[in-house]
Parts: sequence; structure tokens; C-alpha cells
Amino acid sequence: MSAQTEPLVQIKDLHKRFSISGDFLDQLKFRGGKLVREREVVHAINGVSLDVQRGEALCVVGESGCGKSTVARTVMGLLSPSAGTISYGGERIDNLSDRQILPYRRKMQMIFQNPYASLNPRMTIAQTLEEPVRFHNPKAPASEVRDKVHEVMQSVGIDPTWGKRFSHEFSGGQRQRISIARALAVDPEFIVADEPISALDVSIQAQVLNLMMDAQASRNLTYLFITHDLSVVEHFGTRVAVMYLGTLCELAPTKTLFATPRHPYTQALLSAIPRLETGRPAHIRLQGEVSTPVNLPTGCVFHGRCPHANERCSRDIPRLIATGDGGQVACHAVEEGRI
Amino acid sequence: MALLEVRNLDVRFGLRSGEVQALRDINFSLERGERLGVVGESGAGKSVLGFSILNLLSQPGYIAGGEILFEGQNLAAMSPKQLRSIRGNRISMIFQDPMMTLNPVLTIGQQMVECLLAHRKISRKDARRIALQKLKQVQIPSPETRIDQYPHELSGGMRQRIVIAIGLLMDPDIIIADEPTTALDVTIQAEIMDLMLELCERNSVALILITHDLGIVSQVTRRAMVMYAGRIIEQGPTREIINDAQHPYTQGLMNALPQMAIPGQRLNQIRGSMPPLQNIPTGCAFNPRCDYVLDVCHRELPGFTRSGGCKVACHMVAQMKLEEEAAVHALEVK
Repeated sequence: MSAQTEPLVQIKDLHKRFSISGDFLDQLKFRGGKLVREREVVHAINGVSLDVQRGEALCVVGESGCGKSTVARTVMGLLSPSAGTISYGGERIDNLSDRQILPYRRKMQMIFQNPYASLNPRMTIAQTLEEPVRFHNPKAPASEVRDKVHEVMQSVGIDPTWGKRFSHEFSGGQRQRISIARALAVDPEFIVADEPISALDVSIQAQVLNLMMDAQASRNLTYLFITHDLSVVEHFGTRVAVMYLGTLCELAPTKTLFATPRHPYTQALLSAIPRLETGRPAHIRLQGEVSTPVNLPTGCVFHGRCPHANERCSRDIPRLIATGDGGQVACHAVEEGRI
Repeated sequence: MALLEVRNLDVRFGLRSGEVQALRDINFSLERGERLGVVGESGAGKSVLGFSILNLLSQPGYIAGGEILFEGQNLAAMSPKQLRSIRGNRISMIFQDPMMTLNPVLTIGQQMVECLLAHRKISRKDARRIALQKLKQVQIPSPETRIDQYPHELSGGMRQRIVIAIGLLMDPDIIIADEPTTALDVTIQAEIMDLMLELCERNSVALILITHDLGIVSQVTRRAMVMYAGRIIEQGPTREIINDAQHPYTQGLMNALPQMAIPGQRLNQIRGSMPPLQNIPTGCAFNPRCDYVLDVCHRELPGFTRSGGCKVACHMVAQMKLEEEAAVHALEVK
């Protein structure tokens, strides 16, 4: 990472907590004859800092509940952070009003996981694609809007004459192309893709991934790509951020991460991918269950399942340290040279 | 005699718009203790195959022809009562989503005991003892507490362990696992797979593993079948299929995996998508997407050609084999 180039998106010490104990009356409990107020909180993200460089595809991986989707939604401004800041091109965007954030909305677009849920079933494809163009350029003449829609449909491989059809007339892969077209329709710079290919079949996944890579090359896009599928990351990502229970464990260039994973969790995760070739060493067995983000463990969030954990891991929260090969890792064992 | 032998199975769904053939000429056999993988994309018919074996198809689906021979008895022609003595007892099934399979209003113990009492004449107390023992086998921590809990109190991985415990409850001969780990995270998936294999091996249970994940098939099974649009298009030893796939669809599927491509380069995609069952092309169902398509592919359904240990339904492969044989023959004559 060079110091001169300013990152496109900067996430600084992001925290996000969700209350799960309902409203005020739900929180009141009788304890020992006294009325007390009790609140339970999900700690979805706990101090994540990430820079997305211009033109890269930064992949965030982790298992369900690790907070990767929350990061995506917070960056997009769909959720407001409990603490920490998000900047876009050097400007803070997490504290803007609805009106102030509008110009950024055009530059940042999102692709969702399930194309069956993210397209409005009562709108035709043409309507779906025209809406964002009209919204962001209210003065644009109708012909210009139509041309733009035509262009994006062609670029994602959907026949523009199908514009009058509804989303239910398309297959899953086609629907995901349409969601990509919708994101591209306003000429964004930055796209947040939350598990865009997880709901698709293998042969269709390849089509959609190719489309996303083509779009990146031809439109100079920057991606924040959220996924649980590590083989996709290996192929697609410039850098990879591995998350566990709302914390960043490891951040490294893709090649480095796959060649020399440092964090014990990354190692376990990589060893668990079912590969085609046989004769690989057996996967690393993790002990126990994932703790809940409601009762976060003290110290390192991974210490309960970590084969290298010691007393310090259960006490101190590890900080991200540079590994020398362009990566960063948050692990006491790595820091002390135990692994 | 094979433990399970399926012959010319034909499954149809009578829809208002007409009858569709969900499975056609399905032929395979399964030996005791064998592990067979069924691979395919959604809509290929792999789950319907799993359901058909136990005749769990619901209206409007029905078995229109063929035989499913389990130890020589035809399951397709059995009365519901006879079938009940086999379902869950001799052949059991594990489904994808453990939250959908477990009854949310019964405790784990109640569900297990219920299953045991349905098949065996034993006391409730003995049934509970067996249930506890099975929970221990699937490595549920503190089974004595867990047995009285409800499914929602357990994590996804734990629930799938319980489903496996129920699947193994009657010491079946065959387990049909339909995407058993698809709903789980990779690290949990690896654990559950290990556990399932170990238990199958120890009790010499045969496993039919239905999945879309070629990686899992490669790691777990010894033989595999690839399905496309309701038909088995390639079957044989897993290693042969993974290392040297013959059918253009299997090759395409394999090459589409990100791990087969150079990072950052375009992936090898298969164009188009699987046809809906109402609208299967004549001839070979794969012909609109195939790069090696011949004239005959549009006209005739390909039969099976032997290639190494595999059987492949492809005109192109058949032709290549013929040419190969002709060349060998010509050499011998010289």
C-alpha cells in the first residue's frame, strides 16, 4: 500500500451494535423484587478498519454471523455506524443527511445476494433499470434514459428487446445480470457486492463472475466483494480481508493469503475448502462452536476455538500488525512468533 | 446382488400444462458400504432421484416406470405399509435444511424416541437410552442436557448433527443425504462431513450423497453420477470423472470452477442455462450449450458409451471411440 494514493473508501474503527431486547417496556425485568432495565446487544462489528484502494477488488470473507454483510450495508449507508467513520474520496459520508448523501449514492451502488428478492416483481425490466437513471438525472430527456438502459442491458448480455418483460420471466443467472445492470446504469465508481453469486449454479456463477470482471476492466470499477466462498476470492480478489465475529483477523494480498495464511482462523478456513484434488493434508479441526456476538469472548474473539491460544489470548485483544509481505494480521501467537 | 439397483427409472410430474419427465432412464447400482455421489445443478433432477428411491414423491409426481430393487424387492411396487417398514429403518434420508427437518415443537429426545418406537418394540426408557447413545456418537457435547432441548436452542451445525443421529438411529443400510452441508459454513461443513463418513464407515452404511459441489464429491465418494435435465449423462469412478471427464457438460462444469482458472483471468463459462423440464431440446438435452455439437445430437438421444471405467451419454464420445477402434483395427490388420 503506497502512502501517496488516497484510498477510495476508508473505514475507520467501525462499530455496529444492534439492540435485540425490544422497546423500553420489553427491557424492564423483575430481578430480586426490583424493577430493572436490561438491554441485550448484538456486537455485529467491533472496531474494523479497512481501506479500499481505487481499482481494486477487496474481498471480505468469513462465516455466517461474522459481520461481513453488516460492513457492506454500513459502507453503503443503509445502516448507520454505532461508532467510527466511513469516508469516500476523503469526505466523511456516515454523518450526512439524506439529501447530502445523494451525490454519493450515484457513485456507490450495491448488488445483493438474492436476485429473486432484489428485483421488484411488479416492475418490468425496463422500468427497473430506468428508475435509477431518472432519479439521479431528473432533467435527462426520455431518449437519453432509454439509450442508457439499452447500453447497460447490452453490456450485461440481456437482449434490450426484453425490456417489457417482468423479472419472473428470467432465470436466476439472468436476474443477477439485471441487478448488475441496475447498479451499472448510473455509472458508479464503486460497487458493493454482497454474495452476488452464492444463489447461483456453478456454470452460471462463472458467467456472472466474468461479467463482473469485464465491467471492472471496461468501467474502471472498484469492488467491495462480500462472500463466504474462498475459491471465488482466490480468483477475483486483489486483497482479502478475513473476518471473525465482527473483527478483522487478517488482511493480505490474495496471493499472499492463499500461499501463506498467518492467522489460525484463516488457516482453518482455507484447509476446509473441499478441493478437487485428493491427497491433501486433512483439514484443521476447530474445537467447539462459534461464540455468539451477544456475549463476545474476552481477549481474542477466536481464542475459544484456536489451537494456539494461551492465557494472553483470553485476556488481551490482539491488534493488527504488519507481516512484512504486505499483509496485516491480528494474532498474539503470530506476534510472539509461536506460529 | 447389489444392495440397491435402480433400473430404467422414469419419474413424471403431471402438470396442468402437460406431463413433464423429471427423470428418464436412470440406471445405477449401489453396493453395501459404498459411497456414491450424485452431482448436478439445480433442476437436474438429483433431489427427485433421492425422493423417488423412497417413493417420497408427492402429487403430482409419480413413478411412471422402472424398478428400484432393494435387496431384490421392488420399492416402486410396494404398498405404503410395506414401504414404511423400510423408510427411516433400512434406508434413511438426511435433508439440506435441519431447521425444516426437525419438528420445532418437539424436543430432540421426543423426536428420536418417536422414531425408535415406530420401528421397534422396545420400552420408552430403552429408546431414550439408544437415543442418548446416538447423540454421543455424533459428538454432541453434554447429550444429557441437549436431548431435552428444542431445535431452536441449538446452532445450525449442532442441528445437522442431530439429523444425522436420527438418520443413523435404526442402523440403516443406506443413507441418502441430499445436500447435507449446503446450509452450513465451510469449517462446520468439513466437521460434519468427517463425522458422517466416519459413522458410515464404522457401521458399513452405504451413502448416496446428492450435492452440487464437485469438491465434496471428489473428497468423499468413490463413484459418481453427473445429472443433466433428468438424465444421468456420465457415471463411473469419481477419480476418473474428476481427472478426465468425458462428457462436454461435465468438462464444462469442472472448468467453470474458479480453482481451475488462472486467478484474474476470465473463467471458462458454459453458455446458456439448463432447459426447463417442460422444454427439453430433442436429441441430446445439452446440445444448445455444447461446443462439440454434431448433427446427430439434434436428432437422437445419445446412448451410453463405455470409456475407461465410465459410462458416458454423448454422441461425440461415441464417435471418438468408434474412430479409435477403427484405427486400432487398421493397425492390427497391417
